[in-house]
Amino acid sequence: MADIQDLSKLEADIVAAIVAANDEATLDAVRVAALGKKGSVSDLMKSLGGMSAEERQTAGPALNGLKDRLTEALAARKSALTEAALEARLAHEKIDVTLPVRESAIEAGRIHPLSQVLDEVISIFADMGFAYEQGPDIESDHYNFTALNFPEAHPAREMHDTFYFEPRADGSRLLLRTHTSPVQVRTMEKGKPPFRFICPGRTYRSDSDQTHTPQFHQIEGLVIDETTHMGHLKWVLEEFLRAFFEVEGVELRMRPSFFPFTEPSMEVDVRCARLGNEIRIGEGDDWLEILGCGMVHPNVLKAAGLDPEKYQGFAFGMGLDRIAMLKYGIPDLRAFFESDLRWLRHYGFSALDVPSLAGGLSS
Amino acid sequence: MKFTLSWLKQPLDTEATLDEIVTQLTMLGLEVEGVEDPAKVLASFRVAKILEAVPHPDADKLRVCKVEALVGDKIEVLQVVCGAPNARAGLTGIFAPSGATIPANGMVLKPTKIRGVESNGMMCSMRELELSEEHDGIIELPDTFAVGTLASEALGANDPVIEIAITPNRPDCLGVYGVARDLAAAGLGRLREGNLSPVEGKFQSPIGIKLEFASGTESACPIFAGRLIRGVKNGPSPEWLQHYLSAVGLRPINALVDITNFLSLDRARPLHVYDASKIKGDLRARLGRKGEKLAALDGKTYDVAPEYCVIADDENVLGFAGVMGGEASGSSLETVDVFVESAYFDPVRTAKTGRATGIISDARYRFERGIDPAFTVPGLELATRMIMQLCGGEPSQVIVAGEVPDTTKVIHFDPMRVEKLTGLSLARNESESILKHLGFGVTGKSGGLFDVSVPSWRPDIDGQADLVEEIVRVHGLAGVKSVALPRIHAVAKPVLSVQQKRERISRRALAARGLVETVNWSFVSEAQASLFGGGNATPALKLANPISTDMSHMRPSLLAGLIAAAGRNGARGFADVALFEAGQQFGDETPEGQTFAATGIRRGTARPLGAGRHWQGKAGAVEALDAKADALALLASLGAPQLQVSNDAPHWYHPGRSGSFKLGPTKTIGYFGEIHPRILAAMDVTGPIVAFEVFPANIPDPKKKATRAKFPLVLSDLQPLRRDFAFVVDSTVASDALIRAAKNADKKLISDVSLFDVFEGGAMGEGKKSLAIEVTLQPSEKTLTDEEIDTVSKAVIAAVVKATGGTLRG
Repeated sequence: MADIQDLSKLEADIVAAIVAANDEATLDAVRVAALGKKGSVSDLMKSLGGMSAEERQTAGPALNGLKDRLTEALAARKSALTEAALEARLAHEKIDVTLPVRESAIEAGRIHPLSQVLDEVISIFADMGFAYEQGPDIESDHYNFTALNFPEAHPAREMHDTFYFEPRADGSRLLLRTHTSPVQVRTMEKGKPPFRFICPGRTYRSDSDQTHTPQFHQIEGLVIDETTHMGHLKWVLEEFLRAFFEVEGVELRMRPSFFPFTEPSMEVDVRCARLGNEIRIGEGDDWLEILGCGMVHPNVLKAAGLDPEKYQGFAFGMGLDRIAMLKYGIPDLRAFFESDLRWLRHYGFSALDVPSLAGGLSS
Repeated sequence: MKFTLSWLKQPLDTEATLDEIVTQLTMLGLEVEGVEDPAKVLASFRVAKILEAVPHPDADKLRVCKVEALVGDKIEVLQVVCGAPNARAGLTGIFAPSGATIPANGMVLKPTKIRGVESNGMMCSMRELELSEEHDGIIELPDTFAVGTLASEALGANDPVIEIAITPNRPDCLGVYGVARDLAAAGLGRLREGNLSPVEGKFQSPIGIKLEFASGTESACPIFAGRLIRGVKNGPSPEWLQHYLSAVGLRPINALVDITNFLSLDRARPLHVYDASKIKGDLRARLGRKGEKLAALDGKTYDVAPEYCVIADDENVLGFAGVMGGEASGSSLETVDVFVESAYFDPVRTAKTGRATGIISDARYRFERGIDPAFTVPGLELATRMIMQLCGGEPSQVIVAGEVPDTTKVIHFDPMRVEKLTGLSLARNESESILKHLGFGVTGKSGGLFDVSVPSWRPDIDGQADLVEEIVRVHGLAGVKSVALPRIHAVAKPVLSVQQKRERISRRALAARGLVETVNWSFVSEAQASLFGGGNATPALKLANPISTDMSHMRPSLLAGLIAAAGRNGARGFADVALFEAGQQFGDETPEGQTFAATGIRRGTARPLGAGRHWQGKAGAVEALDAKADALALLASLGAPQLQVSNDAPHWYHPGRSGSFKLGPTKTIGYFGEIHPRILAAMDVTGPIVAFEVFPANIPDPKKKATRAKFPLVLSDLQPLRRDFAFVVDSTVASDALIRAAKNADKKLISDVSLFDVFEGGAMGEGKKSLAIEVTLQPSEKTLTDEEIDTVSKAVIAAVVKATGGTLRG
């Protein structure tokens, strides 16, 4: 059995070798030389068996202590070497973080302003309990005019600049609906009062200039029950416009007007400010005509099979394209249908901009 | 419709200001479209006097004047260079100071030098002030006008012109008198009726009037009145009448014509004056006859049709009733004996004649909206009086053929209807008073219903709702207060149908794929419609009156618009575009023929992962399967079930690089593929373009479920294992058939089969390809033994070989 001095020297030598080891292989060689099966420390451990109980009492703890200290020193050195190796590797691994990546699909895609505004309008009216009804673009004279109380050959029909199809065998002519109002009649015919719905859709008039396009979009609203009156109409319009334009309040001015399918009929102006080309709703000293409305004409109720002595209600209609232009500052109606990628990317919306009353209509 | 303020004040006795009148007109439903107030336009122009005028040192035609003018609030003498030939010392005229805007040309004056001589302001001509065409020299005024007097005052140019829009239901307001009646009812003055009393006839008219209508067509002209006035002296009309007419844009012609124009505008009572010497025999109203012709006042000759109502003498057609008179029988300066016509013509027939002939006239405009039939004879008396005043002459007795059509209408009106319909609570006597002011007769017991008789000039009033409108528009709509519409449900219920939700999801899903939404025209050219299955094939979808030949047919597919849009963007330098549209297309003219499609295209290198060159690798040309990926992403978003893909897309797709999505053998959910090169050539758009069309309505509606709870999730703790197989099959074998065969080899154990390699050509040889699949086995109860795995592998191989005729690749 070596004495304590010998053990101290052995320990000092091994520790020096551990410290000197500069890579994992050298360090492992040091470990094997000391603690391996035939290592110097292992050999000494083996000699414990041949010792007297008294000798073992001193040598046992000394050797075990040595083994523990060396194991710890090896582990510490190994961890230091791993760290250093990682640092060295990382020092070489560098990229140009300013390199451009491809635009993602979610960034590139767009929703057309018309679809966006339609979703906004639907979410507002859905909250007020209005269903969403649709009807065909190709209409009969009956639904587009007669059932809406346009007398035959009346100049009011001419105001609509109607697109017609060729006459059919029976002499009747189909046409492209000039307004979304036919959906009122179609919906009332197939259901039972009370009614509360909007009907947005594409409409057509043979008109083309700076502010008119042969196709455009309208949104019509209808409420029919036994008590709804003009005061309710005004409230619905105020609440809708306030929510749609996302302003604190709007002020409306109703002016008498004429539509064959409502009586009384009104045009509605909203208070606004004109700042250069910009129009701001809900402030200022100016008025902007924004929609037409009225109490549904008794003849329309009759045409839809309802008793006008019992049922009453209101209808309103406005241009979807127009309110989109007003809200989002889009200057030219014609551009809506030109499919110019630059325009679509600028005025369009992200797929994830889903309008909701909880999150706000626009982001 | 236009009139001047002073004209309005003939029938309306009022102290109201222009602003009050304008506001009230709009609030009555007579929307003011514009007010031209010459006093405002001329506000900075004032009377000035030329004190001295000497020749310009450097220009023969110019004079250097010393002008006495009002500057600010002081009279000053300014130097003004003037080119007018009549510029001379002592002339009193109109001066425009620096800062003024010249109405005729919009020029803003500023101090300047003309050929080296300082000039401040300008002496004006009538034309420069837009007051007449006079431009021979500067205005000369009597020197009784003090320097500084407003030009509008000195020139009498102080009559504002008001333009209002008249809705088609208000023919009574196509005359100034009717407008005045509305304003008076609203409390803005008192209505003056004018002198409508009969003028005594001195002789029997030698020209008679007849109504010659076959039974059933008498409504074309129920009443025709007229009289001869002999010995008139036609000439220019007086200044006031010329002023009214020219202020509203009508050229004064001669007194007789001007009187009829005036009464048309003032009383909405169109009249016609004939030179009696040119009438052969009697006048009659009758329907036209084939072969007849009319040389009308507009200088054009028209064919007469049997549906037209015409005025004729014994030989010729003299005019289209209510539309336009003839040239030959019209009055002129030489006219001595004049025959005045005042009649009532059927609005519908007049409108049809007007539309058929294309003639637009003030008379047609009024007759087709419906004038006051009861005013036929009073209108004639009014005209007689005016003609005698302005042209002298002696009137015959009035001749009347037919009689005033009965317009009597009595409406039982519940005054409570006002509140029920509008929420406005009005006193019973206010409603009554408004109606009476508008000319309605109101009777009825107190507290009960009113019996309201409708005046003959209001053809638009039919029922209680019409009366409510009259009452509230005169009372004012400002009083209508907002009342909350009751909520139906505390928390609003969803409103969108399955299909409406799909339309909305289609747009968001495709935009999320990087496609840009467009909205294209519903109409395309015939040629384009034909390319996509429409055009000649569907004549019912051809517009009779398209806005242009490019927009003549309802689109059979959204592709025409999208491909054209891609072409236009390409021409602007954006060749690689990914566009979509979600909207209506038309298979036939019925409501069911209109279907919703979500259709998209990718052009050039606009592939799903990005377009064009990039340092990480450039995008190649778009491929049919890019469009398939778009369509499948959309179908997954729409909750479509597993669909079959087959190689039978419509003819506008490349025959070998396109497919259909089907549910069962017949239900087509969509198409995808490369657009046929011939289609691109026909549309003059370069490719490649790949496209997809998806028809969300063809996907079956989801089953209604009793609960929102999802199926319980069963997870296995055992690890899945994966085995690879490669098969050599004929090139014509669909990969899908191979995958399905492998999957069905053991439905319980095989949880997934994925194709990870396709290899064609080279060592495979002609007509063969290699397909390599990874099969995932998911044990559910216990770990699989080698034997079990072997059994499944053999089953997979056997199934694939049987289904495809291929062999396992060695």
